Amino acid sequence: MIKIGLDIGSTTLKCAVLDENNNLIYSKYERHFSRIAEKAAKVLSEMDEELKLSDPCALCISGSAGMGLAENLGITFVQEVYATRLAVKRLLPQTDVVIELGGEDAKILFIDKESSGGLEVRMNGTCAGGTGAFIDQMATLLNISPDEMNECAKNYEKIYTIASRCGVFAKTDIQPLINQGAKKSDISISIFDAVVNQTIGGLAQGRPIEGNVVYLGGPMTFFSELRKRFDHRLKTTGICPENSLYFVAMGAAFSADSSKPVIIADVIDDISGYSARGNYASCPPLFKSEDDYKEFSERHGKTVVDTIDPKEDPEKLYLGVDSGSTTVKAVAIDENENIVFSEYLTNKGNPVTAVKNFLEKLYNRYPTSKIYGSTATGYGEELVKNAFNLDFGIVETIAHFTAAKKFDPKVDFIIDIGGQDIKCFKIRNGAIDNIFLNEACSSGCGSFLQTFASALGYTAEEFAKMALKADNPVDLGSRCTVFMNSSVKQAQKDGATVENISAGLAVSVVKNALYKVIRCADASQLGEHIVVQGGTFLNDAVLRAFENEIGRNVERPSIAGLMGAYGAALYSKSRALNSSTTLTLDGLKTFSHEAKTVVCQGCENHCRLTVNTFDGGRRFIGGNRCEKPITNKSSSQENNLWAFKRELLASYISPKGVRGKIGMPFGLNMYELRPFWNEFFTSLGFEVVFSNPSSRKMFVHAQQTIPSDTVCYPAKLIHGHVQQLIEDGIDTIFYPCMSYNLDDGLGVNHYNCPVVAYYPEVIGANMPSVKKIRYIYDYVGIDMPKFFPEKMTKILEKYFDGISLSEVKTAADKAYKAYHEHIEKIRAEGLRLMMLAEEKNLPVIVLCGRPYHLDPEVNHGIDGLVAGFGAVVLSEESVSYLTSPPEVHVLNQWTYHSRLYNAAEFVAERKNYNLVQLVSFGCGVDAITTDEVRRILESNGKIYTQLKIDEINNLGAVKIRMRSLFAVLDEEKGDK
Amino acid sequence: MAKKQTDPFVFTKEMKKDYKLLIPNMATVQFKLLTTVLNKAGFNVEVLHNGGKQVADTGLKYVHNDTCYPALLVIGQMIDALNSGKYDLKKTALMISQTGGGCRASNYLYLLKKALVKAGYPNIPVMPLNFADILGGEGAKVSLFEYRKGLIATCYGDLLVLLRNQIRPYEIQKGESDKLLDSWVKRLQKMFYADKGYSMKEIRSNFKIIADEFAKIKVNRVPKVKVGIVGEIYVKFCPLGNNNLEDFLATQDCEVMMPGLLGFMMYCVENSIITYELYGGSKLTYQIYKIVDKYLAKIDMAMIDAVSAHPEFTAPSPFHEMKDMSNGIIGHGCKMGEGWLLTSEMVELCEKGYNNIICAQPFGCLPNHVCGKGMIRKISETHPNANIVPIDYDPGASRVNQENRIKLMLSIAKEQLDKQNTEISAEKELQTV
Repeated sequence: MIKIGLDIGSTTLKCAVLDENNNLIYSKYERHFSRIAEKAAKVLSEMDEELKLSDPCALCISGSAGMGLAENLGITFVQEVYATRLAVKRLLPQTDVVIELGGEDAKILFIDKESSGGLEVRMNGTCAGGTGAFIDQMATLLNISPDEMNECAKNYEKIYTIASRCGVFAKTDIQPLINQGAKKSDISISIFDAVVNQTIGGLAQGRPIEGNVVYLGGPMTFFSELRKRFDHRLKTTGICPENSLYFVAMGAAFSADSSKPVIIADVIDDISGYSARGNYASCPPLFKSEDDYKEFSERHGKTVVDTIDPKEDPEKLYLGVDSGSTTVKAVAIDENENIVFSEYLTNKGNPVTAVKNFLEKLYNRYPTSKIYGSTATGYGEELVKNAFNLDFGIVETIAHFTAAKKFDPKVDFIIDIGGQDIKCFKIRNGAIDNIFLNEACSSGCGSFLQTFASALGYTAEEFAKMALKADNPVDLGSRCTVFMNSSVKQAQKDGATVENISAGLAVSVVKNALYKVIRCADASQLGEHIVVQGGTFLNDAVLRAFENEIGRNVERPSIAGLMGAYGAALYSKSRALNSSTTLTLDGLKTFSHEAKTVVCQGCENHCRLTVNTFDGGRRFIGGNRCEKPITNKSSSQENNLWAFKRELLASYISPKGVRGKIGMPFGLNMYELRPFWNEFFTSLGFEVVFSNPSSRKMFVHAQQTIPSDTVCYPAKLIHGHVQQLIEDGIDTIFYPCMSYNLDDGLGVNHYNCPVVAYYPEVIGANMPSVKKIRYIYDYVGIDMPKFFPEKMTKILEKYFDGISLSEVKTAADKAYKAYHEHIEKIRAEGLRLMMLAEEKNLPVIVLCGRPYHLDPEVNHGIDGLVAGFGAVVLSEESVSYLTSPPEVHVLNQWTYHSRLYNAAEFVAERKNYNLVQLVSFGCGVDAITTDEVRRILESNGKIYTQLKIDEINNLGAVKIRMRSLFAVLDEEKGDK
Repeated sequence: MAKKQTDPFVFTKEMKKDYKLLIPNMATVQFKLLTTVLNKAGFNVEVLHNGGKQVADTGLKYVHNDTCYPALLVIGQMIDALNSGKYDLKKTALMISQTGGGCRASNYLYLLKKALVKAGYPNIPVMPLNFADILGGEGAKVSLFEYRKGLIATCYGDLLVLLRNQIRPYEIQKGESDKLLDSWVKRLQKMFYADKGYSMKEIRSNFKIIADEFAKIKVNRVPKVKVGIVGEIYVKFCPLGNNNLEDFLATQDCEVMMPGLLGFMMYCVENSIITYELYGGSKLTYQIYKIVDKYLAKIDMAMIDAVSAHPEFTAPSPFHEMKDMSNGIIGHGCKMGEGWLLTSEMVELCEKGYNNIICAQPFGCLPNHVCGKGMIRKISETHPNANIVPIDYDPGASRVNQENRIKLMLSIAKEQLDKQNTEISAEKELQTV
């Protein structure tokens, strides 16, 4: 009997037909653009036409998007990974490991063979969704087709580090690379490399990928360079077999049940008549009635800013250029602040070209006008400013506020949704009072809409229009674009129309902004004069969804997409220059731009720098985390308590010991307990060896042993530290489990968080290399010095001979003393810096987090960056002891976290002091602390600044955040 | 110590008279019985069953979005109930169970209070249900005696669910086991209202009758895929939290084993004992916990005895045996969240033939990084048949993704089952030859 397999994935549909002898006699691969039933019927009809199948056949469906169809029509269904395994076992019996990438799933299958271990299948968790779709999304970003991206990647010179946790994160890394002028070829290969890291890091989970490796699925089939990256990483040559696209479909065909034959023409009829249930989770439609829509469009039709097209050239022009993540916005205004020329362009991966075109057009339009000032803002601010010799650069938050103020002097709330970022500002007394910027996880909402539209075959405008007619918008959740993606998949399965998907996406973007970025519970919190702007608000569906969600009308300037640039232009004018340095038309004729990548050797960070060289020797270096490569000076460290702490910690080393070496990973709580354990074991006659400072390389090296890809980055780094110690020949590692921390006396208890407390267990269970050594990870309580020596002696007895209780007692006394001295030193230095700040009237930033945020690989140099702004940088424990615990509305029971509340209270009472809280992505406890720290600060009129950090290397968003903060503080100072 | 504050949320003894107390559902059967005990004690408790999208939406609105899913749901459910107009807000209070310990779940009570203020219900009293407040604290109390009764009621629930789950997939008369369960819930409620059923003697005899009655249900025991469910306590038990996981598995023709709540309670007690042993502390408290532990172990054994009297049932292992099953895999000092209990339960399930396991956790659950996902690899080393799939639950995680992963686990389970069946029939053939 003929057997048919139909594989309906998230983006494509594959059909495979096998004859009686299991030979593949027909195959077809097509994108389904969410029209699953329609396309399935079409593919089957075409197949039937060619093969003329009048006899009954066996049919089986597979693939995540096919589940609903199969269920409803009573067709056999087989899970896709299982189908793959079936096909591989039959067709390629030698296979040991299969790596299959699909539209949104990544899978690794360890095939069960006699010789190897048992069968294991790994699918990515929900958080790492998006591989094929991710590559598509990235290609769109680079303005090339995925195939071109593959071609491009062949000529690469450098590979950039791109976060591999998930698509959203990776995008956050890539976007600034584009803006810095990195080469497309290098970005392309880096994207493939990130996919490899993500797949192997996320899925291998400690099991080595060895033997015969087979690559399957669309991305693996189409992208030779991606396969090469896998080969390189796995140190093998995997095979991408014939029909690599059809393994799931063939597996489905193998599973087709011959005892339940079907007539294919009947099935086609069934599918054509199949109306999906349409019972997906939904939200109310955007408009209740026609009138509703009319009122809406009339109201927003009125909001117009003066854009004129003068017959005569204005005498003076002022320019503003907003080089955003995906678009370049440029505006020229005249003396009356009317817009006389503007452009809104997608930057197509190269903002420099876009700005050049704008300038040329502007000069041609107004040949006799003269420019009297130009300002750049946005992600690409520095690149554009240097390329065209613009006069000023301002931080984008200030640019947006300037524009909104001009538009509505009474504005008290601004929300800007751009391609990558969501920015909100609260205005009080004519100044920015609070800034909300999205964190990486909710990035990319705006451009996601655009990418999604084109994936479904529509332009952004068409897609937005369709949403207005939606009768039953899909509820897609509000977590991140990756999650939205898979919710769309579910909705498609349930038969949602494109109209309803489009409307649902609009609602999601809005909810994300309101509940994730602003964290507001009701609209009255926002303000009365709300101005919405940013390119994404040009989408009427988003605008409407926003009004619906907050239950209040808002104003959208007709130049919503240009506000940053308009604000920059206003700034140019306000500076009233006598002349501008902006490149003239002649200058543009000889304009040239070249981008090169180099690795900075300035410090152990080894940043990959993009050196942009323009004609006439102008240069711009991007990718740096400090000023060293530019000014050749290291950033100021003498105002930085964090730098002091790092040096202090590094000084705790121990001499050779009679009892041999004990290794300890230098991460997580060891960033505070290093002096304790160093002294303890030194006193017992051991030589304590701490692992090296963290590095990206160290992380990647042991990444495949991490069992949970959603745990925080500092915890993941521990794997690398342990591995390094073992590879350095250390045969005893001490890394204790500790439910309790030392008690600072600031809370009702003194716990560690579950990850810090028990990560040693994870290491023990998941790192094969610790089995070869003596790995000591017993439970230790250092909070009760009374019991500690006795308990510790018992533990040590298990591993070493002849360590007496009295020895341990002495060692413990010394260890506690060393710890307290350590804290005293930090406090003393903190006091010195506070005096210094007072003397010199410097702003003070209490940079809060956990002890392990001190790790430069974790904070990516943020402390240096803040110090670089001329602020004194303190840490939480350097001030937490100076005030009594504030009243808190949470259970204050973790030692490290209690310090945060105290630090906030301390800062709240002091002028010139501000608090910036670092939060690791995935930190569950900080979901509790951040709201509370914010409350303490805001109730005292202070700005709360939170910086989320993860693997992401790029400090672009952080810089904007910090610059905005300092700009606001400067303004405040100016007022007083 | 933190500054002392007066709590505007206190549920006072006076309120006990005429206030309705709303409590979010978790383990449906157990909570029904628990409610009866509380109502008998003079409270007026109603378990909330409101569900749907607006519950999660309400949670997202009033609770930090990175907080764990159970907090979002529980708080969302309570505020949604207050919003519904069904309750006289002047006479309504909320009850929330509160665990202690280093997991952030210990903060639910506080998050609820914050959310109530945000949502415009600053005057709704909240009564925490926790062991820590038995002696101190202000407001109405559940006495130690009532706690004991509640605990016993929960055990009855555990037993009913355990037996029902082992019968339902095989019963000839569909619905019979559910009917018996319902009738027992009613009988027990009556019993509790009469203040009966709590003595060790009654417990033993009731357990036996229950098991006997379930054993009488006619079944056709065809081999089916056996699935164990473990995980974070709320998403493990609550249909609202796990997208009706049990129902889904029923449509996939599986038998489900869900280790009960007694194990979790014993785990909490055990932890206090272990903490003393690991780090030192007060010997007196240690000895009190030892006594409680002994008492619970008795109930545990009574349940096991009742179940194992019928060989067709699979009885759970005694708690302390189960605990030891994770020896060498995870340290028993790992006590935050579900801690070592989760690991032990997975191992136990493997040994009892429920080696196809769903480990359900809220997205980003901190303890589960360690005791759930973190231990799967090590469990597989000693139990190669372990077929464990971790599933994340979250307001944004789509059901199709979850079900797809579960289906993969089930495909493998089905294959193992088929293999066993052929082996068994081959053996039989050999024997007949």
